[in-house]
Amino acid sequence: MSALAEATVFDVEPLVVAGSTARPIELTLDPESREWLTALGSVGVLRDDAVARLHALLLHAARFEVARRRRALPHLRGDDFDDIANQAADDALVSVLRRLGDFRGASRFTTWAYKFALLEAAVKLRKRAWQGRELPLEPESWTAFASTDVGPQAELEQRAVIHAIEHAIHEVLTPHQRTVLVALALNGVPIDVLADRLGSNRNALYKTLHDARRRLRRHLDDCGLAVDGTREEE
Amino acid sequence: MEDRDVKDALSRVLGPAEPELGCDACFDELDRYVELEAAGADADAAIPGLRAHFEGCPACREEHESLLALVRGDTERR
Repeated sequence: MSALAEATVFDVEPLVVAGSTARPIELTLDPESREWLTALGSVGVLRDDAVARLHALLLHAARFEVARRRRALPHLRGDDFDDIANQAADDALVSVLRRLGDFRGASRFTTWAYKFALLEAAVKLRKRAWQGRELPLEPESWTAFASTDVGPQAELEQRAVIHAIEHAIHEVLTPHQRTVLVALALNGVPIDVLADRLGSNRNALYKTLHDARRRLRRHLDDCGLAVDGTREEE
Repeated sequence: MEDRDVKDALSRVLGPAEPELGCDACFDELDRYVELEAAGADADAAIPGLRAHFEGCPACREEHESLLALVRGDTERR
């Protein structure tokens, strides 16, 4: 039997940088990023102007994200989208200023700042889409699923895998792993929405999901079953 | 379930087989990864485990797609 692929979640060690207020500007920074850091690290009018420019930059990114997703939220009005974009920019501004010392010049400052606004906007939109909705925490039946482009033998093997997974979800996973896996992977609940309802966070829930997936893979391996890409060749 | 295709559903349930970063590490590395991609460099070699994470995490995948599109749009306007 081939060995089970041991997928792991690993973390990248953050680079140590100086604190935000007394942060020395690295020589490797591009001129534009250097200007941002100099201005945001200054005082008075220069800083106020930089903060205003930063807010405009973040609002640009937040509106970009809102525009990409607004078709998925047909029940919202234009004002709602404007509100979400502005709230996202406000929250992102706070995050960027708080984490200014984390910026290590691995990208342009604007790219680094953009991701905060995109995250804030995306999370707010996901939560708005699920506002007032009960989260589906029970798995739907797999019998409703259809195989495409597979022959009878492959379909038979697929059904064996599904049966083993159904069994493992109930018998192998912990209750918390089951809740998280069913909600996220089977029922399509956004991870930020589930984190909000469970009082958790995205990273912690993904770790739980990852551990659940590993248990399922190990169970399939123990059963002598595999799906494409789930096992390593000996 | 969202997708009625069994293969897609299995992929969502079992996730990526390769080692992957977590969501916090993904956020930390996302800007560097996207700029490498936009520059045509081998982002996956520079930051292993991020591509696999995008396969397993729809939220991070969506934010990656958005940041890449935003950065590419800026580059075209420059």
